[in-house]
Amino acid sequence: MTANTETDPRALEQKPEDFASQWRLIWIAFRRHRLAMTGAIIVLMFYLVGAFAEILAPFDPNESSSANIYHPPQMVRFIDHDADGGWSFSPHVIGMTMERDKFTLKTTYTENPEDKIYLDFFGKGEPYKLWGLIPMERHFLTTENSDERFFLLGADRLGRDMLSRTIYGTRVSMSIGLIGVGLSLLLGLILGGVSGYYGGKVDMFIQRIVELVISLPTIPIWLGLSAALPQDWSPLARYFAITIILSLVAWTELARVVRGRFLALRTEDFVTAARLDGCKRGRVIFRHMMPSMVSHIIASVTLAIPVMIIAETSLSFLGLGLTPPIISWGVLLKEAQNIRSIAQAPWLFAPGGAVCLAVLALNFLGDGLRDAADPYVQDSH
Amino acid sequence: MDGETMTSEWNTPVLELKNLTTEFVTKRGAFRAVDDVSLELHAGKTLCVVGESGSGKSVMSRSILQIVDPPGRVAGGQALLHRHRTARAGAGEETVDLLKLNPKSRAIRSLRGRDVAMIFQEPMSSLSPVHRIGDQVGEAIRLHEPVSKKDARERTFELLRKVEIPNPGKAIDQFPFEFSGGMRQRAMIAMALACNPTVLIADEPTTALDVTIQAEILDLIRSIQDDSDMAVLFITHDMGVVAEIADEIAVMRFGKVVETGDVYDIFERPQHYYTQRLLNSVRELDHPSERRLAMRKERPVGAPCLVSDNVRKVFGGSKSWFGTEVEGLVAVNDAELELRSGENLGIVGESGSGKTTLGRCLQRVHDVTAGRILYTDSSGLERDLAPLTENQLEQPWRDIRTVFQDPFSSLNPRMTIGQIIAEPLVVEGKLTGPQIRERVYELLELVGLPVSAYMRYPHAFSGGQRQRVSIARAIAPNPRIIIADEATSALDVSLRTQILDLLLDLQERLDLSFILISHDIAVIRYFCDRIAVMYRGRIVETGDTETVCNTPQHEYTQSLLSAVPVADPRARGQKQRVRYREAI
Repeated sequence: MTANTETDPRALEQKPEDFASQWRLIWIAFRRHRLAMTGAIIVLMFYLVGAFAEILAPFDPNESSSANIYHPPQMVRFIDHDADGGWSFSPHVIGMTMERDKFTLKTTYTENPEDKIYLDFFGKGEPYKLWGLIPMERHFLTTENSDERFFLLGADRLGRDMLSRTIYGTRVSMSIGLIGVGLSLLLGLILGGVSGYYGGKVDMFIQRIVELVISLPTIPIWLGLSAALPQDWSPLARYFAITIILSLVAWTELARVVRGRFLALRTEDFVTAARLDGCKRGRVIFRHMMPSMVSHIIASVTLAIPVMIIAETSLSFLGLGLTPPIISWGVLLKEAQNIRSIAQAPWLFAPGGAVCLAVLALNFLGDGLRDAADPYVQDSH
Repeated sequence: MDGETMTSEWNTPVLELKNLTTEFVTKRGAFRAVDDVSLELHAGKTLCVVGESGSGKSVMSRSILQIVDPPGRVAGGQALLHRHRTARAGAGEETVDLLKLNPKSRAIRSLRGRDVAMIFQEPMSSLSPVHRIGDQVGEAIRLHEPVSKKDARERTFELLRKVEIPNPGKAIDQFPFEFSGGMRQRAMIAMALACNPTVLIADEPTTALDVTIQAEILDLIRSIQDDSDMAVLFITHDMGVVAEIADEIAVMRFGKVVETGDVYDIFERPQHYYTQRLLNSVRELDHPSERRLAMRKERPVGAPCLVSDNVRKVFGGSKSWFGTEVEGLVAVNDAELELRSGENLGIVGESGSGKTTLGRCLQRVHDVTAGRILYTDSSGLERDLAPLTENQLEQPWRDIRTVFQDPFSSLNPRMTIGQIIAEPLVVEGKLTGPQIRERVYELLELVGLPVSAYMRYPHAFSGGQRQRVSIARAIAPNPRIIIADEATSALDVSLRTQILDLLLDLQERLDLSFILISHDIAVIRYFCDRIAVMYRGRIVETGDTETVCNTPQHEYTQSLLSAVPVADPRARGQKQRVRYREAI
């Protein structure tokens, strides 16, 4: 006996999606979201920059030089004109000389057309260890003459290269988001899952805790907690302590998402069916409910990372988060706290631009993921 | 309403659809939901548009007023409203093509609700929950006519009385949530009638309602039509309703009108094979299945295997903090019921009667508040399921299985069909991987699905096919009893018999007993040997299906049966309807 249902002649050709698994359907839905795709590419680039910071940064971010205090940004010129009128392709920047006004002590930089600093791709520069392990000396972009310096994003008050510092800051700022969210995800999954699955008094208790945590004003709490960190901790210990502090507050949102999904799924017929199939509690949760939640969780996690990044930036900006010698975007922005830097060296805000771009890109990515997370919604009729 | 008058009015339609085409633009091209439809509506007549789900009947009705949701758009054709032929006629000839008007223009807004009014399927969501009934109906009047608030209120009062809402003086200031489903639909009709429309479009107005209420709403629409000479375009999938109310019929399928004609012609001499098939499947359902009767002769019904002994289920009742008793909702009230092995037992009742809760209690998905559920297993041992814990229920759950109502939410969209069907076998852990695979192939074949379904996901299947998957999952662990909760309600009529026949087929092969829970008497009559009628948590009547259907004893059963529309236009108006009001 076979189903002899007649097919609708208007039906469009067989969709390849019919055989597609959840992840494929999500990918198909996600790809249609242009903004989210752009966001995804930018986020990927940020993490690549963070991962290969040593190669991409032209100089050691901590190397200071009194000769280059508040050195303004320079433009890269690609075509080099010879004195005799010919030209060749060789990227270079025009060197600048510093002059100090004798009365006002104001420093000004003027271009010196004679002084051309030639740049070299993958040339040899200062030696470093990639990820603290592999000794290398080639940089993505460096000067041909290793004594010379160039500043595409200017220099700070100690003459350190802002480009290199921003690139190193990417590593810390982007990773603190990931690690922090990982920790809050762990907390959120466990507490939200328990709350949603057991319901009743347990749910009541956990939800009241969540509300309590949400009701606390975050900035003072962060300030208080990070002020309580011992001053003699190593920068690395401090870094991990800060991520824990950040995630202690951020887990609430994820816990709520997880609980909500649990509650919604618990009443679905297919979950009842799984129970009746004889599945034990663990199997119902992990085999039947989890796959429907994973995509939603990934989307919320993506949306939680930018919150973390902003939190770290604000804490460090206030001087209570990470502290030098660790370089993060927040630490760098701390340099731009006074009026003098705004007036004299606006390029110190460059890390702020990186924060904006990263947060926007992550938000677009998260939005796209959230929209694509349930590819079966439109499917129900 | 004889042939003579009908032909005289035949040439004077008030609303004419000519070659109406509506498309949904998708990435893979335009999908023609309505394809070249031409229809005529006559004053004082009802045109029923029938068709199964996806036939485009709703989209067609929405296209007339240009309220199709994007990405749908009217791609061509005309909808001519002949205003000069209506009571509102001006001096000269006045014909408006509704499809020429801009969907956002003032011109079409002035016609919507005044000349052409609409009632929707879902009375719960078509009324605004934050405005009083009177204000919503009054607004419809004041939008189209320059009347004072006081006059509008007076007219609203009249309208509410006209649609037989009891105590209209009080109802006018009530909110929709204080109304029952039937009352809300009455209020919707009052709103639609506010400006004496020429044409009333009713899109499945009774589908969401219980049969007894449906019968009342149909009566109401007919009596209003008799008074006002309004043309009605009635969209439905239910041939019984069509036989009850239609003057003319248009049968739609795959976006096209396949047949139009007078109600008697269509029912007695259907031309198109699709109409014939539709009518056949409806008529077939109204009688006991031959197959079942033959099977019972060979294999008589055995001893009771699942007995509900005074089962009671109360939701939400508990002791409050201060020790006072909080009264819960009594969903099932001392239900006495027995299922005998090899028989099909039907539980029938309206929404909220507790039939689903009873089914779930019998399977012990819900805990029961009181009473015993006696299950006799294959070895003849009788056990009370009521006090068992979830772990102890493992074996009973393998013997008593469920087919769910909604074929979309009962299959996990993230698992393949093979994984879904195999799940009870995998959990049981008796078979090895390849053995399970073999068994799933066998099950797929049993329920009439191709073996290639194994690797596919549920979203690649239609409702009927998904229901087959659900059945395959139910019979996977060799059960003895299957509780089918409205297993055919979400399906089209022609699919219903197919699924029911499949269940009968499985009964013959696998020696199953069924409990079929349904609100649809026809389905029960076709499938079940015995029937239990539920009303407000109580079982009011049990007995052989034919006996109960032909000579119902309890008053509620009588009212329920008398409200069921019969798919025969000649029987119209002959049946005496019984109204049941419970003495409290």
